[in-house]
Amino acid sequence: MGKTLAEKVWDAHVVRKGEGEGANAQPDLLFIDLHLVHEVTSPQAFEGLRLAGRPLRRVDLTIATEDHNTPTLDIDKPIADLTSRTQIETLRANCREFGVRLHSLGDKEQGIVHVVGPQLGLTQPGMTVVCGDSHTSTHGAFGALAMGIGTSEVEHVMATQTLSLKPFKTMAINVEGTLRPGVTAKDIILAVIAKIGTGGGQGYVLEYRGSAIRALSMDARMTICNMSIEAGARAGMVAPDQTTYDYMEGRPHAPEGADWDAAVEYWNTLHTDADATFDVEVDLDADTLEPFVTWGTNPGQGVSLSAKVPSPEDFGDENAKAAAERALQYMGLEAGTPMKDIRVDTVFLGSCTNSRIEDLRAAADIIRGREKDPKVRMLVVPGSARVRLEAEAEGLDKVFKEFGAEWRFAGCSMCLGMNPDQLEPGERCASTSNRNFEGRQGKGGRTHLVSPVVAAATAVRGTLSSPSDLESAPAGTLTGIAV
Amino acid sequence: MEAFTTHTGIGVPLRQSNVDTDQIIPAVYLKRITRTGFEDALFAAWRKDESFILNQAPFSAGSVLVAGPDFGTGSSREHAVWALKDYGFKAVLSSRFADIFRGNSGKQGLLAAQVAQDDIELIWKVLENHPGTEVKVDLVSKTVECGNIVAPFDIDDYTRWRLLEGLDDIGLTLQHEEDITAYEATRPSFKPKTLPAKVDAG
Repeated sequence: MGKTLAEKVWDAHVVRKGEGEGANAQPDLLFIDLHLVHEVTSPQAFEGLRLAGRPLRRVDLTIATEDHNTPTLDIDKPIADLTSRTQIETLRANCREFGVRLHSLGDKEQGIVHVVGPQLGLTQPGMTVVCGDSHTSTHGAFGALAMGIGTSEVEHVMATQTLSLKPFKTMAINVEGTLRPGVTAKDIILAVIAKIGTGGGQGYVLEYRGSAIRALSMDARMTICNMSIEAGARAGMVAPDQTTYDYMEGRPHAPEGADWDAAVEYWNTLHTDADATFDVEVDLDADTLEPFVTWGTNPGQGVSLSAKVPSPEDFGDENAKAAAERALQYMGLEAGTPMKDIRVDTVFLGSCTNSRIEDLRAAADIIRGREKDPKVRMLVVPGSARVRLEAEAEGLDKVFKEFGAEWRFAGCSMCLGMNPDQLEPGERCASTSNRNFEGRQGKGGRTHLVSPVVAAATAVRGTLSSPSDLESAPAGTLTGIAV
Repeated sequence: MEAFTTHTGIGVPLRQSNVDTDQIIPAVYLKRITRTGFEDALFAAWRKDESFILNQAPFSAGSVLVAGPDFGTGSSREHAVWALKDYGFKAVLSSRFADIFRGNSGKQGLLAAQVAQDDIELIWKVLENHPGTEVKVDLVSKTVECGNIVAPFDIDDYTRWRLLEGLDDIGLTLQHEEDITAYEATRPSFKPKTLPAKVDAG
């Protein structure tokens, strides 16, 4: 019988097969091709190595960047928050001591770890990629098996360049059809999570398939794979194709010459065989999909933007009902309110989900020539210093600034409450990030997850809006939103 | 890692589904560089509310957390496990755990016991009607006991063995270092390396 993409990548990395079969099987020992490191989940792992007197086995397969704690303003000044500064300085000292390549704040390649790996060409099809960050699933967009791990596992990878893993089940997410204008990869993944739930992917590796996925750019595929974890999945993948190769070719760490040819020959084998079977298949119709937005406090609590805030009574399951009640209270929302009537205070365009160049272009296309709602503040935070430079070369920074948005330096920013970019209690935000958990963007903050184009349209109108809600689109502005 | 066989302690009913790791420990506490001392950070936002269960005696002295489905979703932060352990929890019971949280628990000797939701509901009732009731979690027999209730729980055999023996994962893996070296010799030359850096990042 044939194999799925995930099984092929898995099998190619088995260092040592675990004994036994089925539920009682021991874990396999898998080789890890790339280990991404950042300041938050690594200090205790480096300390573990030091205490045990162990070296970091493969510094040549390890790379670090600073992203979670870093400010997005005044980056040339010392970090004001002392504990944040200590954590960053600890990363710098650890990287020096162990010989790990580090892209620090202020360096041209610094940025969110999941934006940096792909743009350097370090993320490639068929690899195993890990990082002490759950959004490592992002790299699955290249046909890599990419997983978030905890700090004990970070230390394990540092010491051994392997991980002990029990085989996952496989789930196909089939997305057929053509997205309508203004509907994006973000809407696909929010709809998938609403459909299968925040626990629906537990124990599975997801493979996104179908004509709608094939039509997506690499930036868009990364958006989808990024949020696989929000459905509980350990990883999400897209089989590599010409779109992948076109993205990779010429990147600093992409293979060259004969290595490129050998790589492409191998990458061409990385697809699910016709006679392979998935444990579960889920279908989503791209033709009828609308812009999607969350109303609650977990990423599965989402609806079409044209819908209304649901009532707890809409949920059959007692736990879901209780969760909805609690979420409505936290979010300060009344059941039955049209989503488009919800007014926001802040719009955040950024995070490892939606901070790549195409995300910025798509949002800029919407706001160009329009005025921001004066009551709304908008933060635009490129995913990496490189993305920021690219955007500035295209003049996107001017578009955002003229609109009245704040143009920031690269980092995780307002996706999580770890750096100065945070919501105030009760403040409501349309955010292109990945988590709407209670307090995620700052204590008491209220988050609605949206796509970059919905974020942009919302900044214009002040209420949750899709691009099609905007009056008389300036000529030629809706052409670039194939994300 | 300390070996785990059985534990008996006050059960804490947490009637809530989707308790994500941002709730277990908010991001602001992740700035520390130590591995211990996170007890103050556990459920930090919720503990500001006086009616929160851990603010009530005898639950504040609890060591077995009995939670709703999908416990530990979201961020991979192992700090969530450290905070639970530092507070004094030895075991968490839920009908469904997020994969990464479950994995992190296994590495740190916190028992993540998967108990059917029907049994969780029964245990909740006992703990709510008789606050302070102890829950016994037996990893040898894979059962939990609370009042008159005896319920089985699931845990994968490998994690169970490691917990029972208190084994260090890295030490186990390094017993197979020859296999790792042999695998490394077979890796194709097109696989990327981070060093030397092929960019001028200055």
